[in-house]
Amino acid sequence: MRVAVCVKRVPITGGRILLTEDARAINTQHLGFTMSPHEECGVEEAVRLVEANKGDSVVLTLGPPEAVEQLRDAMALGIDRAVHLQTDGSEWDAEATAAALLEAIRADEAANGPFDMVFFGNESADSGGFQVGIRVAYALGRPCVTGLKKVTVEGVSVRCEQEVEGGRDVYVLPLPAVLTVKEGLNLPRYPSVPGRMRARSKPVAVLTPQRAEPRLELVRLAVPAGQGRRAESLGSGAAAAPSIVDVLAKAGLL
Amino acid sequence: MIVLLDDHTDASRQALTLARKFGEPRAIAMDAFEPFAPDALASAIVALDPTAVIGPGTERGNEVMARVAARTGLPFAANCTAAEPGSPVTVTRLRWGGSLLEEARLHSARPLITVAPHTVPADTGPPPQPVEVGAADQRDLVVCVSEHVQPSNGGVSLAAAKVIVSGGRGVGSKEGFAIIEELAGLLGAAVGCSRAVTSAGWRPHSDQVGQTGTKVSPEVYIACGISGATQHMAGLKGAKRIVAINSDPQAPLMLNADYTVTGDLKEIVPAISAEIRKRR
Ligand SMILES: Cc1cc2nc3c(=O)[nH]c(=O)nc-3n(C[C@H](O)[C@H](O)[C@H](O)COP(=O)(O)OP(=O)(O)OC[C@H]3O[C@@H](n4cnc5c(N)ncnc54)[C@H](O)[C@@H]3O)c2cc1C
Repeated sequence: MRVAVCVKRVPITGGRILLTEDARAINTQHLGFTMSPHEECGVEEAVRLVEANKGDSVVLTLGPPEAVEQLRDAMALGIDRAVHLQTDGSEWDAEATAAALLEAIRADEAANGPFDMVFFGNESADSGGFQVGIRVAYALGRPCVTGLKKVTVEGVSVRCEQEVEGGRDVYVLPLPAVLTVKEGLNLPRYPSVPGRMRARSKPVAVLTPQRAEPRLELVRLAVPAGQGRRAESLGSGAAAAPSIVDVLAKAGLL
Repeated sequence: MIVLLDDHTDASRQALTLARKFGEPRAIAMDAFEPFAPDALASAIVALDPTAVIGPGTERGNEVMARVAARTGLPFAANCTAAEPGSPVTVTRLRWGGSLLEEARLHSARPLITVAPHTVPADTGPPPQPVEVGAADQRDLVVCVSEHVQPSNGGVSLAAAKVIVSGGRGVGSKEGFAIIEELAGLLGAAVGCSRAVTSAGWRPHSDQVGQTGTKVSPEVYIACGISGATQHMAGLKGAKRIVAINSDPQAPLMLNADYTVTGDLKEIVPAISAEIRKRR
């Protein structure tokens, strides 16, 4: 079985988002980075599938040179190798991102055979475009289901559960397929120390795609106005319990 | 023709408000194909040769619009809070689950736009005329809902809960949630948590509130030992009142709550439960 998973490097923003002076990006000077929780679950699923069925797993990312950290993180969880579509850190829109990933997936398939499954996060954590996986699926001519919370391979097909209001919708797709997933799909393992060691020597292929002019062009970012909550102190410690219960009583909850 | 993707809810009436800036739309129903078959729906929309497609920024709305974008090779702006026709079209859209706004230019003569729910007032005018939809091509029915399964956890649903008692890393352990559950039980509340808690395996992901968890809108949200990262706050925009209990008075959640109590949740939470019992 061959499985690919596409991930994106994003900043861990903490309690407050600060922007750069030109307001075109988040000021990441003092921030750490991660892959999105959705994609981490995609990585874990790919690792489990290849552990259970043998084969080959590949992680792909489009991002700056530092995004190799997220590729190493994925390989520390058990992914076999990585493809890094290197950028200069400038913003790529979803269309251009999908086109570059598509080309890299096609090249890998030409060399190593088709992927049974390609995983994406349902939406990127930062730009929230909700479309890269679907664009790649259409270009590959493969069926795609989004927002998955459970994936079960059943022979030559895959049973997919999507969370909807009041339960889950089930789809059964023929393989190969493209699947976009959400956090909650599984509980990703913590990387082990040997896993981290092994990840250091796993292969990372580097490509440098050309950035097309974005047709969804970012002009400026803004932090929305706060909700104006008044942060009224009810005191400290257990002595504040009666005041809290007063608040609950006023809201009609007792 | 301008097309409105219509799911018969307020989300689509909000989308209609932006759609009418582009002209009078015709409506295509989200449930035009039953069971739900997103490729068939996208195909039917493309067959209308639309000059603009506007839909709700729900999971389904974004999914169908992305399929329209993929089929037509057009750019797509998801979760917009504003849009102005023109060349280019200008939009404002949500990033980071609503923690950040982006002004963008959509360079497309045929804009594809979804409207972020609850950010635009609903249109109160007459509903748009529906379009007729023909039979689907077999190839567009490969992706099709084949079954619906009910949730297994009989508890109070987080998304619909009136009261939520939520715990973060400050709760300390899986067992530590006993005092959170006790208070929730007394209030008929749902239990929520932060991602630190689900990652540690203390609670299931179905309890997680936030950008990659559930967006909630209770009357009261009681946050115990949660710092208030932007991704957690992204799930709280609909909460009416927030009560924060934290040992750190400078924690972001303590600055973004309506009521705060400083101190150890392990003392405060049981004291609240005791006080409720006393008053009943
Ligand atoms: C793309 C992305 C998506 C994310 N999505 C989500 C999401 O959906 N939901 C989510 O919650 N997070 C999400 N996160 C993670 C988020 O950034 C934070 O890491 C997480 O919310 C922190 O959880 P916490 O507040 O419980 O832990 P911490 O940040 O560690 O905070 C613990 C708090 O408990 C307080 N405390 C400790 N002990 C006590 C005590 N005895 N009594 C009282 N207070 C105490 C501390 O003062 C502190 O404020 C996401 C992150 C990323 C990058």
